[in-house]
Amino acid sequence: MDTQTDGRRWHDMGGQDAGPISDDQHDFSLWEKRVDALMILCSGKGYFTVDGLRRVLEDMGEEAFETMSYYERWIASINQNLIESSAYTTEELATKMAEVEARGTTYGDASLGK
Amino acid sequence: MGTQALVNDPFAVGTSVRIRPFMPPGHVRAPVYLRGKTGTIERAIAPFKNPEQLAYGLPAKEHMLYRVRFRAGDVWDKDAENPDDMIEAEIYAHWIEKMDQSHAA
Repeated sequence: MDTQTDGRRWHDMGGQDAGPISDDQHDFSLWEKRVDALMILCSGKGYFTVDGLRRVLEDMGEEAFETMSYYERWIASINQNLIESSAYTTEELATKMAEVEARGTTYGDASLGK
Repeated sequence: MGTQALVNDPFAVGTSVRIRPFMPPGHVRAPVYLRGKTGTIERAIAPFKNPEQLAYGLPAKEHMLYRVRFRAGDVWDKDAENPDDMIEAEIYAHWIEKMDQSHAA
């Protein structure tokens, strides 16, 4: 009634019509588990909190919600927060990404400790 | 308990309150479907650092978090299947105002 609905952000969905909810379960792949662990490590080390994770997920917008998987969105948000909190620079990230990519094209090849 | 003395705790259990109707941009922790709705304070939970500041990596003051109880009919109006059902939500003090403050809005 007197609640303003203009200015509602896309993620604030409570009370809106929604489609069917999938209750499919799936196993998480190794990289997804590592993203989850990374979030716990980052908050434990004090780089940022789950609030920062949420803030960037919201700012990524509805298109990211529709086109990226859950942990794809998480790793994008974690990366954004780590840059903002000076854990590393974008230049350092680029250097590391090139280094990992040079190890090989499969997840196993790119991992250390083989 | 003594450490909580500095946190503003303005709402007694049972107080009639309204969730502030504002719609700022940015990361906020009061869901839109409850903004402008009236309910009652069910309990004071504990003070927590304001997540709306933590979300930006900023130093954050502690705000009291309340459990607020709403009648479904007050939230969903005619769309409520069971108007006397209860909805409870956890809302920070800075999103809550006493009913007698709200009529000017």
